Amino acid sequence: MAGFDLRQIDRRVIFTLIFVVVAWPLLRPMRLPMDVTPPVQRLYEAVEAVPPGSIVMLAGDYSPDTMPELQPMVISFVRHAFRRDLKIVTTSLWANSPPLIEDALAPLAAEFGKTYGVDFVNLGYMAGGTVTLLGMGASIPNTFPQDYYGTPVAGLPLMREVTNFDDIALVMNVSSGTPGTREWVQQVQGRYRVRLASGTTAVAAPPFYPYVQSGQLVGLLGGLKGAAEYEMLVDAPGDAVRGMDAQSIVHALIVFFILLGNVAYFAERRAQRARGGAAQREVTA
Amino acid sequence: MNWLQELFTGAPGTPPSAVWGTWVAGLLTLAIYSFLYKDNPVYRFAESLFVGVGAAYWLAILYHNTLVPKLFVPLFFPPEGQPVLWYRVFPGVLAAFMLLRFFPKLSWLSRWSLGFVVGMYAAVNTTGFAQGDLVAQIHATVTTPLTSGGGLVIALNAAAIVGVIATLIYFFFSKEHRGPVGAAARLGIWFLMVAFGASFGYTVMGRVSLLIGRMTFLLRDWLHLMQ
Repeated sequence: MAGFDLRQIDRRVIFTLIFVVVAWPLLRPMRLPMDVTPPVQRLYEAVEAVPPGSIVMLAGDYSPDTMPELQPMVISFVRHAFRRDLKIVTTSLWANSPPLIEDALAPLAAEFGKTYGVDFVNLGYMAGGTVTLLGMGASIPNTFPQDYYGTPVAGLPLMREVTNFDDIALVMNVSSGTPGTREWVQQVQGRYRVRLASGTTAVAAPPFYPYVQSGQLVGLLGGLKGAAEYEMLVDAPGDAVRGMDAQSIVHALIVFFILLGNVAYFAERRAQRARGGAAQREVTA
Repeated sequence: MNWLQELFTGAPGTPPSAVWGTWVAGLLTLAIYSFLYKDNPVYRFAESLFVGVGAAYWLAILYHNTLVPKLFVPLFFPPEGQPVLWYRVFPGVLAAFMLLRFFPKLSWLSRWSLGFVVGMYAAVNTTGFAQGDLVAQIHATVTTPLTSGGGLVIALNAAAIVGVIATLIYFFFSKEHRGPVGAAARLGIWFLMVAFGASFGYTVMGRVSLLIGRMTFLLRDWLHLMQ
């Protein structure tokens, strides 16, 4: 190792390595083993426990920048709900969320032979954040008088069965920020005692695990890992499962570099001490 | 040859505009990532374009999804048989006041709007926080079972309770952190460090997920190298 300073590794070398270890598993999937964690299992069981024909709500509060993590969750939830013959009403507190939900709904509705207005409705976006949530507690049709396409909800058969949260068997909130899961817990679950589940980005997930422990959330999908676990549970592996190979390997690489950095640090400190000791001896002599 | 053809024409049935859109997105993605090598004009162009398009997109979204359906249509073009919602003048005026910040002599009026927004959200969120976080989380902590669920579960539950108390003591500044209080506060710091570590780990996972998403786009949607 003489003459080679670990601290002098060019960061571009690290970036290149990261690029390679992300790209390789995507091109050649390995299907590394993965366990299902309890919060994800609980979400799956909560959806399984909803009687067929019931109405569930998919509240999508996210934007395109978080699609890699959240879109697989939405797809898996819609697939799970349609497979169990549940009806879906979607809402959004984020203006750019409805078309993303539509991207997930349309192909799956065609695959399962579901009819718009009867089996599912996309209510689209409503401004107001937490105030909109409170409005939905009083009346969902009054809060969303029109759907995403501008059709009056009074003309949609499914919406005639919906007045407020009392008619919703389960709410699945997929969120990447504010307003999102925290607002749904505080304003809806706390007030109306709704069965609420959540799927969030990995960055946002840690503060929400206490909500699972307290029972305020019936289940939680945290980041790409949570999305991959849910894909496995609904037996439809997709982008999240594929991405977890890359995720696992890049994490191993990051851990390796952290260890390497620590080795370099302690080696440097030992060398400094040795130099200091030698200098001290010279002064004493 | 098939791959090369697909690269420039897309999958069968793909409109040319979508193919060129994918090419633009792919090249702009590379332009952004070129910053990893070093700062350069291509990166700065892509960054400026992203900020500009993002701002314009939001303006259009908010105009079409909020101003038109919530303000202009109910006030000026109500659907046939529907009354004019005059009360929507008030939020409209408050929104207009916000724009007066650009005019120094009238900028004070924007404080009315801000005052309304802050007051309303404080009221709504205080109730929501008290119900959804404070009471529910205290209830969950004090009712955490310490006698059932097996040894590991009991130990973890006990750790959670001790962690909550120790962390709260760390944030209690009415008494000097000495003696038993100081020891508990130091224990609270350890619990905080563990929590920050977990958050950091999740943050790394989130950032890598975004990279995986972009790589998936580059390799599958753009280059057609991935199935």
